[in-house]
Amino acid sequence: MTDAIAPAFVATADLSSPEAVQRRKRRYAADLRLRIYGVAAIATAIGLLGVLLLTLVIGGYSAFVQTHARIDFAIPAEQVNPADPAKANWRAIVAQGLQAVLPEAGSPAAQRAMGQILTNNTQFIVRDAVLRNPSVIGGTLTLDVPVADPFDQLQKGVIRRDTPEENRRVSDQQIAWFDALATQGRISTPFNWGLIFNADSRFPELAGLSGAIVGSFYALLVCFVVSFPVGIAAAAYLEEFAPKNRWTDIIEVNINNLAAVPSIVFGLLGLAVFIQIFGLPRSAPIVGGLVLALMTLPTIIIVTRNALKAVPPSIREAALGMGASRHQMIMHHVLPLALPGILTGTIIGLAQALGETAPLLLVGMNAFITSPPGGIMEASTALPTQIYIWADSPERGFVARTSAGILVLLAFLLVMNAIAIFLRQRLERKW
Amino acid sequence: MSATLEAARSADPKSSPPAMSGNKVSVFYGAKQALFEVDLDIERHQVTSLIGPSGCGKSTFLRSLNRMNDTIEGCRVEGKITLDGQDIYDRSIDVVELRARVGMVFQKPNPFPKSIYENVAYGPRIHGLSRNKAELDDIVTSSIRRAGLWNEVKDRLNEPGTGLSGGQQQRLCIARAIATQPEVLLMDEPCSALDPIATAIVEELIDELRENFTIVIVTHSMQQAARVSQKTAFFHLGKLIEEGKTEDIFTNPKNKQTQDYITGRIG
Repeated sequence: MTDAIAPAFVATADLSSPEAVQRRKRRYAADLRLRIYGVAAIATAIGLLGVLLLTLVIGGYSAFVQTHARIDFAIPAEQVNPADPAKANWRAIVAQGLQAVLPEAGSPAAQRAMGQILTNNTQFIVRDAVLRNPSVIGGTLTLDVPVADPFDQLQKGVIRRDTPEENRRVSDQQIAWFDALATQGRISTPFNWGLIFNADSRFPELAGLSGAIVGSFYALLVCFVVSFPVGIAAAAYLEEFAPKNRWTDIIEVNINNLAAVPSIVFGLLGLAVFIQIFGLPRSAPIVGGLVLALMTLPTIIIVTRNALKAVPPSIREAALGMGASRHQMIMHHVLPLALPGILTGTIIGLAQALGETAPLLLVGMNAFITSPPGGIMEASTALPTQIYIWADSPERGFVARTSAGILVLLAFLLVMNAIAIFLRQRLERKW
Repeated sequence: MSATLEAARSADPKSSPPAMSGNKVSVFYGAKQALFEVDLDIERHQVTSLIGPSGCGKSTFLRSLNRMNDTIEGCRVEGKITLDGQDIYDRSIDVVELRARVGMVFQKPNPFPKSIYENVAYGPRIHGLSRNKAELDDIVTSSIRRAGLWNEVKDRLNEPGTGLSGGQQQRLCIARAIATQPEVLLMDEPCSALDPIATAIVEELIDELRENFTIVIVTHSMQQAARVSQKTAFFHLGKLIEEGKTEDIFTNPKNKQTQDYITGRIG
């Protein structure tokens, strides 16, 4: 019956008529346009990312080097008591060290101006070096000391010599002293390890990210320990055990909504619940980690459910058909197969948590803390909040350090995402 | 165990009680009734084939024999199904134990993405059928031998089961199913995903397995039913239309619908 009708339809469709050719042309043109839109969109995205990275690198690269001055500090035994070396006039020793290599300063004001060339903490740096190595008492101690921020900026060309003296952070006299140090070969600009290994400081030349890195590590650790098992348990229950009814629908909708709640709301919740009610310490990574766990939980639940859904039903049937209990089916077959997806999603969730700032501000992880936390209960900052603090600081040195901090944060995110991709490719099973 | 098996084998099937027996079995998926009061005996050491057009309830009946329907949301079974005279839907029956006694092979070969050895060892392991590694090795080896797969895989027991060909995978699934020494083996269109050569091998295997197991097979191929089974049951629209000796059903069906189906007029 259909055979009789079909030839009639084919006969009326003339694929070589001008209209048909026109129609084909339009179709190809539409295809081409769609592809051009797509390429343009991707080019825009990559271009914007490139501009962002370029800006950060241009703004931040100078913070990866730090100007140092090599000074020979005389440590006379009459000024430093070997029995109690901590108690000495280290300030005077630093001043003497500078005066030994520079022309006479004269007035006390000029001496003070000369002292400003080195970082304010030089006296403590020298003291700690002597405490570590008391054998130098009675001899000289040669140290590369970071110069104060204005001189670092002078060396990097941020503070310009042609600016009138009254508008400049450094005086002509100080520039002359600095240049004298330079001509003696005492100025060097090595890689700024302090950026990674120092904690925060009031002085840009000493400020580093170690406190923030350790704080972020602790917070992510708490976040992972809480959200990973809870997320997997919740997802496994919802996917494998829960009956499909109105209640589970409501729970599912709410989990999806939770993933969309602004992060600052989680911060308020953390402040009200973890700090006010549970009495956990302010600014501590445990509170930050718990808040981040709340934020990461919906992400982990959603990716885990998707990973569980992607396990073929035939594997479940096979296990149940063998007489496996549900628990055995999940633990022996479904979870191992879903694990690559779960791990990838979890790492991406943690990477999000690493970059999260707003909730940490509310639980006080933006405090000024000059040493890395010794544990999850000690006050600390985190990487994004450290960047926030630096972005807020007026000193010139913090401008570059802010960009450098962002680059460090991005490097960590990149590493985490690379691990996620590696795990996915390594663990993914084919069947 | 082996003594009773011997006795059952030598006895005339007519006189020994059926291995499984369905009595007024009705199955509902939510409000929809998929099976209407089916009475069917599964004879020991015979192959019983369930035939009928798609959606006729034959797979539903098969899956209620080891309670795989339990895993489907909203599925309800009425009536009585017995295994050795014991009601399998009784509260005292542990479904895990039931499935060890009534094994299943599925339409699409579904080996676990683990090694060939682990696939076969899984059932004995979770049911505690071996006391040590040597015993487990014995079970695995003999199961693979009985599934006629030994010569093809003996050198690569540690390679993934998913790397085998389709027909080999299906025989691996059969080896996995018989490793728990089930009394009854259910097969849900076991050859529908296989090529004709693999199908012939599996059919031959089914005939051999009949010696030790009671087999129920769902099939869409009437030639297959005729080739491998001793008893055939024809389902249509959720009802059991006719059952009897395979040769009788195919040569001399009593019911018009059965005749129409086997001659290709419905289905």
